[in-house]
Amino acid sequence: MLSRDQVLHVARLARLELTPDEVDRFSGELSKVLDHIELISELGDLADVAPTSHVIDVENALRADEPRPSMPAEQALASAPDAAAGGFRVPSPGAS
Amino acid sequence: MIELTAAQAAAAIKTGDLDAREYFDVYRERAAADALNAYTWVAEAAPEIDASGPLAGVPVAIKDLFCTEGVPSQAGSKILEGYRPPYTATSVANLQRAGGTLLGKTNQDEFAMGSSTENSAFGPTLNPWDTARVPGGSSGGSAAAVAAGTAPWSIGTDTGGSIRQPAALCGIVGLKPTYGAISRYGMIAFASSLDQAGPFTRDVTDSALLLSAMVGADPCDSTSIGLPGPVELPTRTDLKGIRLGVPAELSGEGIEPGVLAAFNDTLDRARALGATVETMHLPHAPHGLAAYYLIAPAECSSNLARYDGVRYGFRAPGQATLLDMYTATREQGFGAEVKRRIMLGTYALSSGYYDAYYGRAQKVRTLIAKDFTDAWERFDFVVTPTAPGVAFELGAKTADPLAMYVNDVCTVPMSLAGIPAISIPNGLSEGLPTGFQITGPAFSENRILDAAFALEQAIGFDGGKARA
Repeated sequence: MLSRDQVLHVARLARLELTPDEVDRFSGELSKVLDHIELISELGDLADVAPTSHVIDVENALRADEPRPSMPAEQALASAPDAAAGGFRVPSPGAS
Repeated sequence: MIELTAAQAAAAIKTGDLDAREYFDVYRERAAADALNAYTWVAEAAPEIDASGPLAGVPVAIKDLFCTEGVPSQAGSKILEGYRPPYTATSVANLQRAGGTLLGKTNQDEFAMGSSTENSAFGPTLNPWDTARVPGGSSGGSAAAVAAGTAPWSIGTDTGGSIRQPAALCGIVGLKPTYGAISRYGMIAFASSLDQAGPFTRDVTDSALLLSAMVGADPCDSTSIGLPGPVELPTRTDLKGIRLGVPAELSGEGIEPGVLAAFNDTLDRARALGATVETMHLPHAPHGLAAYYLIAPAECSSNLARYDGVRYGFRAPGQATLLDMYTATREQGFGAEVKRRIMLGTYALSSGYYDAYYGRAQKVRTLIAKDFTDAWERFDFVVTPTAPGVAFELGAKTADPLAMYVNDVCTVPMSLAGIPAISIPNGLSEGLPTGFQITGPAFSENRILDAAFALEQAIGFDGGKARA
């Protein structure tokens, strides 16, 4: 069972600010999912098994290091919620 | 006109029997009048059409999460509200180069997380066979649009079954290619080691044609490698000498009786076409779901870290500090299932749990891939029902995440192994479509399409009712 404190800790790591209701709900729901996930412990010792992070055998895909035109700044800023002075404006990092 | 398959329409446009613009307009009007909430955006007018390419101007509906320049691409999420990307995904650009035209963007589970298309910020999509039921997911809009005949064909993405399962629940063909066959550049990422684009079509021939226009290595996606040879249109009408393996782990317990009966009927059809059918084992497949629901959330928690309210989409208003802005934006912008998966993935990657969860899941992934490698020594294909049940009622599984995740039990193992799989319509159970899944080794798309074509002719499924 995932405790409220664990849920709050994980939420902080994930930069999510959960409501009290969500904390309660996720604590129950995630515990249930984790109970199912625990089934992989049935497989016993896997020390000899190599992990798979990528399924298809590929060597490093390299390209020539040639300069190409970048996206114009105005275009890159066009979708920003708050663009100013050729950049992305954000609130101050603050004292905390 | 609506009764033509996309390949038939393309052929008729090329011979001059069908006007490409008129054809586009018929579908544009049908898409604009769609009552299933399958679309999040529909083209306002026909584009310039060049009918000389292989797709001859036939319109394509595109899952919302493919970036399309200047056109809303929101991945079903409030956090990307109003986002119109400055570039187009390579797979979509490839389709356009082959003569495909952009008909509309289709609804989906937020960031492709879900099996019912109920997790969309734009409301659920309905199943054209029964509007009280879900179309499956996450590419439910793309599946419903093709089944209902509001698009000739469409594309979606499959991370753990998000093409094959909705194709099965809507009575159409859905193909997940080998990982790397199609570029992921411009696909809004969910789980990068699993995500793969693919076609939704009315029949297998259309699937081959649409796939042929999507594949290829791309310098913008270093994991893309294309296919070793061209995609061929399928012609095979028998299965002589083909050895089919039926995994006991995915064809018994947990499968609805009506789905299983339809599956067994098609095994008989395969035998009649000359195939041998033998029960076999994928010993680690039962652990596929657990491994998948660690790996996919872990990757998503990392991929979705980019949504911080700075560069695009939604930003929570009125926040005093940067950190408040990040957390409030993510709290207000993400839906419940996305938060759940971010939490699960962050937990699985966090200090003290990494080895037991994420590390172990990657090892299980190796074992599952090896089960398939072993199978190819004795079998040409492994076949299963695509989904354990028919389309369920809206709301039936939203309160229980695990019940929803179990929908992916037959499709997740292939995703973890990176191998291609197709779902073809396999008749009805309780008046609702079921799917038959055929999977083969990496890069066996042409052989899979041929086998699927032979079975499709034998099954003789008629999806016309959903287009009425």
